[in-house]
Amino acid sequence: MLDPLKAPILAVQDFFQLTGRALRNVFRTPHYGDDIAMQMDSIGVGSLPVVVLTGFFSGAVMTLQMAQALSDYGQVGRTGNVVAITLARELGPVLTSIMVAGRNSSGIASELGSMKVTEQIDAMRALGTDPVQKLVTPRLIATCFMLPLLVVIAVFVGTFGGFLIADWFLHLTPRQYWGSVWRALAWKDIAEGLLKPFIFAVVVSMIGCFYGLRTTGGTQGVGRSTTQAVVAAIVLIFVLDLLITKIFVWQAAG
Amino acid sequence: MTAESGGKAPLPSVLRFENVTVKFDGEMALDNVSFEANEAESLVILGAAGSGKTVVLKTAMGLVRPDSGRVLVFGQDITRMTEESLFDIRSRIGMLFQESALFDSMNIEENVAYPLLNQKSIQCPPDQVLPRVEQALEFVSLAGTLEKFPAELSGGMRRRAAIARAVITEPPLQMYDSPTAGLDPITAHTIMELLIKERDVSRATTLMVTHRYQDGNLMANFRYNSENGALEPARGGVRRELRTRFMVMKQGRLIFEGDQDRLEASSDPYITKFFKQRE
Repeated sequence: MLDPLKAPILAVQDFFQLTGRALRNVFRTPHYGDDIAMQMDSIGVGSLPVVVLTGFFSGAVMTLQMAQALSDYGQVGRTGNVVAITLARELGPVLTSIMVAGRNSSGIASELGSMKVTEQIDAMRALGTDPVQKLVTPRLIATCFMLPLLVVIAVFVGTFGGFLIADWFLHLTPRQYWGSVWRALAWKDIAEGLLKPFIFAVVVSMIGCFYGLRTTGGTQGVGRSTTQAVVAAIVLIFVLDLLITKIFVWQAAG
Repeated sequence: MTAESGGKAPLPSVLRFENVTVKFDGEMALDNVSFEANEAESLVILGAAGSGKTVVLKTAMGLVRPDSGRVLVFGQDITRMTEESLFDIRSRIGMLFQESALFDSMNIEENVAYPLLNQKSIQCPPDQVLPRVEQALEFVSLAGTLEKFPAELSGGMRRRAAIARAVITEPPLQMYDSPTAGLDPITAHTIMELLIKERDVSRATTLMVTHRYQDGNLMANFRYNSENGALEPARGGVRRELRTRFMVMKQGRLIFEGDQDRLEASSDPYITKFFKQRE
């Protein structure tokens, strides 16, 4: 009766085992510095254009929406306040992570999946290399390092996008806008905004690697793994976002 | 089922399967397989697609773990070994994978140098790496492709580069998984020529998996003549020296083991299919 549950439970167990091995390898030799640098370039620098664009437009549109809502209360002057908090706590981390998941979880899953179906992973093991050490750990380290940085950039660009809207359409002075942004942000918001992408980075990279490494069934299987990786990563980002937010809200209330 | 070759003194065992069973998702991939490969012997494993030939090679390398039974490589039981302790054993095995399995992200030089640089037990001085890579590529007639990426090479050239990678460390046990699959007859012959050349030069134990009987026939009856650089038929005493045995796999079971004469004398319709396709 419990048979249908067996496969998903085993998959979750495999995922945690892989994540455990990848994390353990962070502290073990050999370290593949070149691979880490290459992944940082691909995940970090490669995602920069899409992250900047998403950040800019989400900041701009948030400003328009919030200004309209706040005008009912005659509080348009506090638009910067709301935009900054929303971007730093929520939109920055979540939107950036989703963009990076769409770009990199799929990329990682398809790359590792292709390697799996063409026996390159077996060849790696046959030639004296641990594929987790060589392929998974560098992607994990690179994503954990680059995603928080991308979020910082996205939040800044988003706030700047909001400023342009505030300046052109809401006729707020720079001092009004940036002043309210500055006053709104507390250390707690920065901490929340940086902790989230760090955790999402583990999800983005490990889900990509996990689905990639368990690919079977040729090129069709690679396509399936890629889709599953993106869907799983994005859903997990939302679920974990709720959990982390709840913990921060509960702490603030306590 | 074990076969002694022609009444000679038994040579040290290099690879030994004892009642090995492997299952994938409950399906039997290897069913109670036992055999032995001795030093300087050639084993040709014939079988249809999905008969478990590749699984035999992967199990011998410890890439696949048996559900029951024991696998001994160079006298060591690898069945329960950790992945890390397997690296030492694997450094003494050269493996050619079915689809070459060259690393796409590396050029040919990096691919062929990979075992020299990554296998801990192989201590190759850094200044020796490039000369050895060049020598290995020379051996497979691929000199001048150092900078090329696998995607830029033809199927036959990729196979040759993969052979260079498999034999660069001069491993005493060499395994080839369908070396001629998907190649045209001329390229397939070139690949077989290379494998026989490698076997005769290195005197390594060779396991070759194939579904083409003519590959096994070449392995059993031809030798490499280093003077004119071509294959020639091995006759009389030389043929016995080649020590080639055939194994036939069917649905994960080993259904035949013996020399070529016994194989050709078999009346089993599954086995006769292999050598009849030669005509």
